[in-house]
Amino acid sequence: MRVALDGVTKAFGTNRVLDAVTFEAEFDHTLALIGPSGGGKSTLLRLLAGLDIPDSGSLFVNGAELPQDEGALRRYRRRAGIVFQAYNLFPHLSALENVLLPLTRVHQLSRPAALERADGVLRRFQLEEHAFKQPALLSGGQRQRVAIARALATDPDFLLLDEPTSALDPEMTAEVLDVIVELKESGTPIILVTHEMGFARRSADLVAFVSHGGIQECAPAAEFFSTPRSAETKRFLEKILKY
Amino acid sequence: MAAFFFDRSGSPASRAAKVLSALLLLLGYSLLCWLAFSNSVQNWDKVWAYRVTFFQGWANTIGISAVSLILSMLIGVLTALARRSAFLPLRYSAVAYVETIRGLPLVVLVLFGFYGVANAVGWHDRISVGIVILSLFSGAYIAEMIRAGIESVGRSQWDSARAIGLTSYQTYRFVIFPQVARQILPPLAGQFSSLIKDSSLLYIIGISELTFVANQVNSATYSTFESFIPLGFCYLVLTLPISLWSRYLEGRVRYES
Repeated sequence: MRVALDGVTKAFGTNRVLDAVTFEAEFDHTLALIGPSGGGKSTLLRLLAGLDIPDSGSLFVNGAELPQDEGALRRYRRRAGIVFQAYNLFPHLSALENVLLPLTRVHQLSRPAALERADGVLRRFQLEEHAFKQPALLSGGQRQRVAIARALATDPDFLLLDEPTSALDPEMTAEVLDVIVELKESGTPIILVTHEMGFARRSADLVAFVSHGGIQECAPAAEFFSTPRSAETKRFLEKILKY
Repeated sequence: MAAFFFDRSGSPASRAAKVLSALLLLLGYSLLCWLAFSNSVQNWDKVWAYRVTFFQGWANTIGISAVSLILSMLIGVLTALARRSAFLPLRYSAVAYVETIRGLPLVVLVLFGFYGVANAVGWHDRISVGIVILSLFSGAYIAEMIRAGIESVGRSQWDSARAIGLTSYQTYRFVIFPQVARQILPPLAGQFSSLIKDSSLLYIIGISELTFVANQVNSATYSTFESFIPLGFCYLVLTLPISLWSRYLEGRVRYES
């Protein structure tokens, strides 16, 4: 998978969260975006997801420039699987109906075909016994796994995960990270924003450090954690790896 | 024994205490009414002669309220959507409509609507004018309920809907409205009850609904209590079940969320 940014700026009010970012990366499986809160990781992911548009500059995913108008962006999003930190699921629908909704309404599958697909992904993540439960009856980890199943059911070109484990306790975090590792093995490329440094080090191909309105550093995971180049990355890693 | 009639969170009252309290209250209340009014309430047979008229008025009240409810729901949904529109003239029209209606008493709207607007355009069918006025009135309140309902659905739901590629129509249809419906069903039931009560004001433009009919029977028979006691009773028969249903729905929404 290839992503490229060319002079991308995104501001909220006077706060330039991304400031003329130019960046290119190519990776097989996983790109992890790490960095301090408010540093622009999630903003970058939302731009890549086509949920927001930059104030200026362009983004390229696998060579194609992201469009600006909502209709074209919607078509783009249909080929991406997107999972947020929490509250991904629609609370009035069962886990199964959550997975079915995009299949039948967006990807125009017939109900039997969609059911087969949904059953498949739910079984893959050991969620079949929870298929008929509403999100309120699921644990946080189960909810995130359903959300990932929903994103994956449409057979996306790639997955974008925005801090998928930040709202979970350690046990559930592990349960969701297991799923992400499994995804990696199945070959769907993933870009994820995460605070799980151990996970980023072990599972990501590339790690990018996003801070102060830009991507300060991007390197293969082993290299990134063993010999960080920028002073800021070093300080950040020292701070968070201290305990 | 002193604790028998008290219902506290630490020591809830027994079922017997609740039933006994209700019975005592009913008995005391009936006794009071009997002492006060037994001499003046004697003309039941005179009023009984008008039972068919009474029933027709009651049927009119139900019909007007039911049609107005459907119409005001439609107005409410469209207005709520207009209030969220990106197109400013549309949004401002919706705001102006809602705030004007909510700022005026219903009587003023009924008088102005019928003797003013409807008269000016030559529309003289009282019932249909009444229904439209009532619908416009109730529609403004329902619009506010729906708007609040839509706003109570979190931003993350819109994001999730966009993330899976739903269009904005699909987002409303499959994600937002089902959640809004569940939220606003209890207040909506309350609004229906208000609508039934408010329809009584249409008597001032001569629509023969329940209140109008009761007033006529009173004038014809000089039997105030015998006319107005059934009147109140007829309204309660409609509004009490709705208010109980609304409360039941409230409990259910709370339980689910």
